[in-house]
Amino acid sequence: MLSRTANSIYWMARSLERAENLTRLLDVSHNMSLMPNSKGGQQELLAPLTITGRLDQFRETYPQLNAEALLEFFLYDESNDGSIFSSIRSARDNAHSVRDKLSSEAWESINATWLELRHRRQRGINHEGVKSLIDWIKQRSHEFRGAAYGTMLHNNVFHFMRLGTFIERADNTARILRVKLEVMESQHNSNHAIDFYQWNALLQSLGAYEAYHDKYTGGLTTRNVTELLILSAELPRSLRYCIGALMSQLIAIEGDQGQAAKRLCAELHARLEYGEVDFIIRFGLNDYLNDLLRRIHAIGDEIHRSYWEGA
Amino acid sequence: MTAIEQPAPHLYDEMLCSDGVHEHYRAYLQWLENTPDATLEQKRREADTLFRRFGITFNVYGEEEGTERLIPFDLIPRIIPASEWTHLELGLRQRVTALNRFLHDIYHDQEILRAGIIPADQVLTNQQFQVAMLGVDLPGHNYIPITGVDLIRDNNGEYFVLEDNLRTPSGVSYMLENRKMMMRLFPELFLAQSVAPVEHYPNLLLETLQGASDADNPCVVVLTPGRYNSAFFEHAFLAQQMGVPLVEGADLFVRNGCVYMRTTTGPRQVHVIYRRIDDAFLDPLAFDPSSMLGVPGLLTAYRDGNVILANALGTGVADDKSIYPYVPDMIRFYLDEEPILNNVPTCVCRKEEDLAYVLEHLEELVVKEVHGAGGYGMLIGPKADREELDTFRQLLRNNPANYIAQPTLCLSTCPTMVNEGIAPRHIDLRPFVLSGNEIKLVPGGLTRVALREGSLVVNSSQGGGTKDTWVLEGAPC
Repeated sequence: MLSRTANSIYWMARSLERAENLTRLLDVSHNMSLMPNSKGGQQELLAPLTITGRLDQFRETYPQLNAEALLEFFLYDESNDGSIFSSIRSARDNAHSVRDKLSSEAWESINATWLELRHRRQRGINHEGVKSLIDWIKQRSHEFRGAAYGTMLHNNVFHFMRLGTFIERADNTARILRVKLEVMESQHNSNHAIDFYQWNALLQSLGAYEAYHDKYTGGLTTRNVTELLILSAELPRSLRYCIGALMSQLIAIEGDQGQAAKRLCAELHARLEYGEVDFIIRFGLNDYLNDLLRRIHAIGDEIHRSYWEGA
Repeated sequence: MTAIEQPAPHLYDEMLCSDGVHEHYRAYLQWLENTPDATLEQKRREADTLFRRFGITFNVYGEEEGTERLIPFDLIPRIIPASEWTHLELGLRQRVTALNRFLHDIYHDQEILRAGIIPADQVLTNQQFQVAMLGVDLPGHNYIPITGVDLIRDNNGEYFVLEDNLRTPSGVSYMLENRKMMMRLFPELFLAQSVAPVEHYPNLLLETLQGASDADNPCVVVLTPGRYNSAFFEHAFLAQQMGVPLVEGADLFVRNGCVYMRTTTGPRQVHVIYRRIDDAFLDPLAFDPSSMLGVPGLLTAYRDGNVILANALGTGVADDKSIYPYVPDMIRFYLDEEPILNNVPTCVCRKEEDLAYVLEHLEELVVKEVHGAGGYGMLIGPKADREELDTFRQLLRNNPANYIAQPTLCLSTCPTMVNEGIAPRHIDLRPFVLSGNEIKLVPGGLTRVALREGSLVVNSSQGGGTKDTWVLEGAPC
């Protein structure tokens, strides 16, 4: 497979995953900002900006932080290259340049999403309401994944696509966890109501709310949430799951180019596979997450070096 | 009941004639007349939506957002009876064979020049003549695996060749997509009549490209300038349909005289390049040093016979408008046959007597630059005002060798859906001829249509549209 093609496919998948992750995050922030009793409302609005590292950029253009400005910035702002609009455009551009490698159903799905998104953007956010827009984006993301899964050969093209998806997803989960922890620690109180909403929001933004209640009985606890999101072998957005998936995609890619990436990935996966939640909590969740993020980035760098710089 | 505007009496219309309708259109016309306007309009919108959703677009240079445009697609097919197609096919095979012989000849013994059939300087000083190709032996002496020939019909319905396209003829993807769209929108029409299939074109193309190389199991790629090129859709489409990599210049490199592509498993040798890049951009070491599109060292690898280019380097010298007038002579010279398809009578302005005639009759003629393409740089005499005519008179006197002139042709018309309803519009036809060990073509081609009333310009860059082209099997003549 052409190196450039692999690169475009990988970035297409990363951008799509980024758009979906951001959508979930906005969904939750939007909900939280509507809650009259949530003293964490302002914090919730800050969360997407902190998680994506775009607080400074936001402040340059928008005079104040409110739900409306946040949505505009993350949904449709063209000058924000991390907005959903920019992410989907970039995914579609990458898909366009390698459209011969996608199944026609996968290509049409992403192309139709882009055309429709432009149309919706012209009509403005208020035209249909935030919630239905957010639902639509999530649906489109599911549809693309379904089309790709169901109609493409599960060959190198597919493996590079999944590689992009899981590295983006792992990064996203680790970042969200880290920021949520900071928010909760900064509140310095033992208000269980706030804790509840915070954990709730976290689980929802990772599509893990139902999964949590399926797995754990009783209330939301730091220990259980941490275990689920970091160590679960079953939750598709847990760090262990993402790293495991990365590893199997790397192994499935033909050739011996990716040795270094495979080694880093296997090391990290072993840590997670044999990890224990009590150890993580004793070690310090924040330090643990920082270490994880460093390792995820190192894997990303190795993928670049092996498959498209080396050839 | 759909109303169809009658064609002008002095023109040849593909569907309608003095007796009402040409026989091969009878069944279609009956269907059309029974189909409500609203249904057609709804199908037209559906086609637009689908084309956009599929991303079947061409790119327009120099525009930012929305640079991808749809080529207008007309729902009313152009129909050709089998007998007529058989004649066209014979003519196309003959013409392409002669053009290929000509290319081999001028890069080797140059017999046609020595015989005085074509003035030597016309060929040897031509911008498209590639000195680098002199004495290079291509497998099978095959220069033009892919040819697009533009055909028109005059007011008697006779076909004429308007132009040969031997460099990177485009449009075949629209031929295929138009058919797919028609079968989707109007399956009942295909059940009722035997329309000859064209869908196997990509298979024939792959066979032709693989056959152009002596290598066992040759690796074929499509070389595109990239996704901003106007024909990028076609490049990606053909690569996908053939199941071969779509590469850009930067994906390729030359090592030890061979061409390789950069893959995730390391370098892989490339044997055949279906290049959709002009000669001048293929190799920055040999041609335009500023070009980022090509591959440094490609020319040397090519001349050493380690890679095949389709079409060959230097084929442009044979499709140039200054060489076009001589193609019938080529057919007589190389094949000892009379041309089956005629050229449009053409004045070569470098000849004194032709120039005098052209200056005298400028109001009646179409004047074209010999290197022009895409409908640019031309004068349409009957439509020009005094000032334009004067300008061209001066241009012709200053540089007569740069121009040819032809009578204003009455391109045939075909009923077409336009804003006002269904009305006759001028069309042409571009069949695609594949040459390898044998010559192959699918029955049909790309029909282009000038959507503006009275306009003769069918190029997509000038707002022309396209139609599906049906060759009817077993249709009466």
